[in-house]
Amino acid sequence: METAIRLNRLHKSFGPTPIITDVNLDIVKGERHAIIGPNGAGKSTLFHLISGRYEPTSGDIELNGESIGGLPPYEIYRKGLSRSFQVTNIFARMSVYENIRCAVLWVKGYKYSFWNRVDNMEDVNERTEEILERINLADRAFVPAGLLAYAEQRALEIGIAIAGGNQVIILDEPTAGMSHSETEQVVELIRSVSEGKTLVMVEHDMGVVFNLADRISVLVYGRIIATDTPENIRANPAVQEAYLGVEADHE
Amino acid sequence: MSTLTDLRRSMVAEARRRQRLTWLISAVVLVALPWIFSSSFSISIMTQIGIAIIFALSYNMLLGQGGMLSFGHAAYFGLGGFLAMHAMNYIADGAIPLPVPLLPLIGGVIGLFFGFIIGTFSTRRAGTVFAMISLGVAELIAALSLIFVGFFGGEEGVSSNRTKGPDFFGFNFGPDIQVYYVAAFWALIAAIAMFLFSRTPAGRMANAVRDNAERAEFIGYSQRNVRMISFCLSGFFAGLAGGMFAIAYEIVTEETLNMNQSGAVLLMAYIGGVGYFIGPIIGAIIMTLLRTVLSNFTELWMLYVGLLFIATVMFVPSGLTGLLMMHGPAWKRRSLKRLLAPYAAISIPSLAVIMGVGGLLELTHFAHTTSMDDRVMTLFSIPMNIDSLLPWAGLIALFIGGVLGVRRLRPMLLDAWADANGAGGGD
Repeated sequence: METAIRLNRLHKSFGPTPIITDVNLDIVKGERHAIIGPNGAGKSTLFHLISGRYEPTSGDIELNGESIGGLPPYEIYRKGLSRSFQVTNIFARMSVYENIRCAVLWVKGYKYSFWNRVDNMEDVNERTEEILERINLADRAFVPAGLLAYAEQRALEIGIAIAGGNQVIILDEPTAGMSHSETEQVVELIRSVSEGKTLVMVEHDMGVVFNLADRISVLVYGRIIATDTPENIRANPAVQEAYLGVEADHE
Repeated sequence: MSTLTDLRRSMVAEARRRQRLTWLISAVVLVALPWIFSSSFSISIMTQIGIAIIFALSYNMLLGQGGMLSFGHAAYFGLGGFLAMHAMNYIADGAIPLPVPLLPLIGGVIGLFFGFIIGTFSTRRAGTVFAMISLGVAELIAALSLIFVGFFGGEEGVSSNRTKGPDFFGFNFGPDIQVYYVAAFWALIAAIAMFLFSRTPAGRMANAVRDNAERAEFIGYSQRNVRMISFCLSGFFAGLAGGMFAIAYEIVTEETLNMNQSGAVLLMAYIGGVGYFIGPIIGAIIMTLLRTVLSNFTELWMLYVGLLFIATVMFVPSGLTGLLMMHGPAWKRRSLKRLLAPYAAISIPSLAVIMGVGGLLELTHFAHTTSMDDRVMTLFSIPMNIDSLLPWAGLIALFIGGVLGVRRLRPMLLDAWADANGAGGGD
């Protein structure tokens, strides 16, 4: 099986504090992989390392067999990985349409062009419209993104991540703060956009995780204590003790 | 074909038609203006406005479009001007066979060159770091301009003669009217070019980096490269304006690249409104008029410009264009006429406030600068003796009466505003 992302003895510390410790993980091409763990386990930090926001202290990250550890975010994006954020991170003063269109430009090859007008780029605009239909924001296309309702901004957040059509997508808590029905819609959206692609997501909602994921990794205090199928993770005593047990008591 | 696609296509077609019409009307207006305002004073002011428009638009590529607050944009304007001036001297000597109207291009290339050099280290980050570097670099260049006397001409600056160029369709550019048309031509071309730039991927991404530089990196763009492109092109157009300045004045001094000039372009863009493409154009027109017309009436004109700036920052941060745009909804509802009477009413006490403040300032200024035997100042066509209490009391009364009047009429204006915008019902 080919790996999309390989984490090899990955470490990250801030000053003397280790956040990610000796993480090894292979994410197989085409799988939907969820990373779960208690608050402060280092899940978001792990995503920041993979996507280039942080540099690893030591160890390596490979994307499709190529080392990407320490590259800037835009280089990693160009190699085929894109991401969404836990806290909505959009272009607030631009229209929803422009938000998505900007996320389409690089992959369509226009790069830093300052001689072609975007209005003339039929391929870019059609792709933008396709994405807007897909994330259900077509009728909000010309509204400034900052004025969208929370759930709409979350949909836009995912839209920006998938617009370029990268083969590896990582989503940081895509359903954070959503109501039950909104969550269901987002799950369907994620299912359809990740068809034939590699998906990694951090998620707190166990319903979403067990519904979507082919495999699950459990991160506790910066270490992965288990990686397995949902059934085996549910049955794993170490996981139950560290994480799910606590969850189960509450529910 | 989705409805969104159809909607977008019709919006683009409509916008294009509007833009073409706007440029066409602008061109006609630029050609026609000297027939309407034909005095040599107004032609010289219109030339200055043309230069200021290019400069202010180039500044807004940084501030409004790219989110880069520069305190040193005059450096590119001034360097472009000096190099164009030297080039004009070479032309006059017959060393370069370049027609004089093309000199701004030399200024532009110089602005681009320095933009490239300074951009390599200043565009890594926006915000305070960028602002401080822009300030430091501009101070450095302004200081150097007084040290390298050979190149910058010291305090006298560099001068030349614009009429000695090679033949250009029979024009020698001696008369100011010919210079006006050169300035108008470049202002229109530069405005169109900068507008078109804002519609390209690099221009759109400049907005994206302004809004959220971090996220831009996660959709494939290096924030530094995006800023760098805007920064270099902004340098080009600032240099172009500087080159045009050289033609118009035939002298370029240290004043073209010092901090005052950098501050002036910031004020133009901000007062006009940095959030709109035409904002800096409006700002450039108003600031140039204030500088040239108001300065004929009062030595305190800079103080008034400062007050206008503070008022803009405090009350209409979106600038005068923003103020105009606020009337868009009422215009669409065809209810703008409901605001006419309230505006007319409130303008009377507002004028009283302005005259009161201005009068007191002028009187104070006069009292501090006049001699013992000249105690009478003529203000608003009324002779006022500064040793008498009457003019002071009168102006204070005018001011207080104006403030009270504005306060009294304000609720009425707000009601009319709500009514015109259909508050409570409608929409």
